[in-house]
Amino acid sequence: MAGVRTVRGRMMPLERDDVDTDQIMPKQFLTRVERTGYGAHVFHDWRQDPSFVFNDARFAGASVLVAGSNFGSGSSREHAVWGLLQYGFEAVVAPSFSDIFVGNCAQSGLLPVRVQHETYRALLATVEADPGAEVVVDLEDTRVDWPAGTATFDIDPMVREALLHGLDDVNLILAEEEHIVAYERRRPSWSVRVPVEGSR
Amino acid sequence: MGSTLAQKIWDQHRIGEVRGRDLLYIDLHLVHELGSQAFGGLDLRGLPVRRPEQTVATMDHNVPTGDRTLPIADPLAAKQLQVLRDNCERHGVPLFGLGSARQGIVHVIGPEAGLTQPGMAMACGDSHTATHGALGALAFGVGTSQVEHVLATQCLLLSPLRQLAVDIEGALAPGVTAKDVALAVVATVGFGGAAGHVIEYRGSTVRAMSMEGRLTLCNMSAEAGARAGLIAPDATTFSFLEGRTYAPSGDDWTAATATWARLRTDDDAEFDSVVRIDATTLEPTVTWGTTPAMSAPVSGRVPRAEETASHSQTERALAYMGLAGGERIVDLPVDRVFIGSCTNSRIEDLRAAAAVAAGQKVAAGVRAMVVPGSMPVKAQAEREGLDAVFREAGFEWREPGCSMCLGMNEDVAGPGERCASTSNRNFEGRQGAGARTHLVSPEMAAAAAVAGHFVDVREVR
Repeated sequence: MAGVRTVRGRMMPLERDDVDTDQIMPKQFLTRVERTGYGAHVFHDWRQDPSFVFNDARFAGASVLVAGSNFGSGSSREHAVWGLLQYGFEAVVAPSFSDIFVGNCAQSGLLPVRVQHETYRALLATVEADPGAEVVVDLEDTRVDWPAGTATFDIDPMVREALLHGLDDVNLILAEEEHIVAYERRRPSWSVRVPVEGSR
Repeated sequence: MGSTLAQKIWDQHRIGEVRGRDLLYIDLHLVHELGSQAFGGLDLRGLPVRRPEQTVATMDHNVPTGDRTLPIADPLAAKQLQVLRDNCERHGVPLFGLGSARQGIVHVIGPEAGLTQPGMAMACGDSHTATHGALGALAFGVGTSQVEHVLATQCLLLSPLRQLAVDIEGALAPGVTAKDVALAVVATVGFGGAAGHVIEYRGSTVRAMSMEGRLTLCNMSAEAGARAGLIAPDATTFSFLEGRTYAPSGDDWTAATATWARLRTDDDAEFDSVVRIDATTLEPTVTWGTTPAMSAPVSGRVPRAEETASHSQTERALAYMGLAGGERIVDLPVDRVFIGSCTNSRIEDLRAAAAVAAGQKVAAGVRAMVVPGSMPVKAQAEREGLDAVFREAGFEWREPGCSMCLGMNEDVAGPGERCASTSNRNFEGRQGAGARTHLVSPEMAAAAAVAGHFVDVREVR
């Protein structure tokens, strides 16, 4: 995963709270064993409605999804994040997110941008008035700029760090190998171990 | 200042700090068939599974619950299961797969086999992993990438927790269950209201709960949005665990219980916030909307949009659910009934539902299914004759799996069908495109199956 400093692009307004990952990536697409091929299935069920915003040509090509509170709630399926990225989104702006969704964003390079409710409202008003309006999300400065305004945003500093530098957790953890080994030596002898042969 | 239970377990597993995050050791990692990409990631790195003996896999999310002598109809599902089997064989990971007498829902088999133990740090690629907190474990639901991290390193890098105490006091009235308490917690804290927090459930109501009830309560921490949920271990926990397959035994049991008995929040520990719930006021509860926080007592009505805080969201939910608002809950008809899921598929749940169904008949036009949480639950229920009770009443008695909770297999409700479900999520389309889910306890689901509409189980028992 490459590091991300800024995202610049047009917005897709999704004025709904509690958008859950069952909507973002419905279960029928979770049987795939690959990490790719999810972009076409984002919001599959909602897109059956011709009036759904994803079917509105004015917002085609948007790279910033603007949505309501508690975005990404529900299932831990990382497929939701993969789908949004593969559809073409680089950031999601919302007043709040579910924790697991943010954790998945940090691993895959999608920016979860937590803004004040007024900023959310201002961005919705902006895109409604001008679907071509561009926003700039600056992860270094934790700031979002739109034509008529600017605001800071919240992000877990560790998530910001991971996204800015494209950190690979496995490499970071493997560098701690001697500490992990030392910890394992200290674990109680009765700690659970499940033999693969003849699992009882 | 003292420490909370969750913080103690965290600190005991903290190996160090890496760029601002804590490096936590994971004692036990549970895996299911939706994690194939994580094994694929290991392959790309050329890494083995670091601790296969601390990893246990099962098949639950997409398995058929009908006749298992038949080949799996969905070729993608069949491939996904075969990929898990291959990955487990290649990496030496024990698999409780189809054909095993231990196969079942990942959050049912852990406690049942004695794998889940107090004081553990656990991970699983599923949002309902908090279930295991019922035994006093700190259990995190993670996405595929972090499944890969645990497979590769037996560790996770995590941001610090905030602490939420949910204090529940008082005796539950007859007919009121842990499921109703869980729905009350979600309604009180809010759907996603506990984001960033680990919940510790405390109070006399929780202490009095059976282990099955505690598992149901902790399970729905996910709906409150918590990173984890847990309950301090006590005599109920120890008597549940003693003698289970993977629980310590003999001198090890003595040593383990001595350690576990110290797992409690210090009297002077401080929580970031505290929520109190009076359990004596709770009734059997039914959700009417499309988030688990949208619920009402069975004696109540579906709210009108203008009576709620968020008119537009309620309007949308009511429209999806085919409701106008103002209907009495007991007037809502049901087409489908689902008794199962990691929330409510354990033996006690099945006993409670069977007690309501015994000697009754499922109402005409209703399709009702019972899906035990695991092969051992199914076997136990059959020893007790519960399968016969359900079958004679007209319920389908099926094989273990996640089934209609998420409808990844063929167990789905049709568009517009109204389902009384003991599962945990009533999202749009969760149980099938256009399907309308009402979350209830096992007793309430069985009573609705018999009546053909929701009824107050206290009036039929």
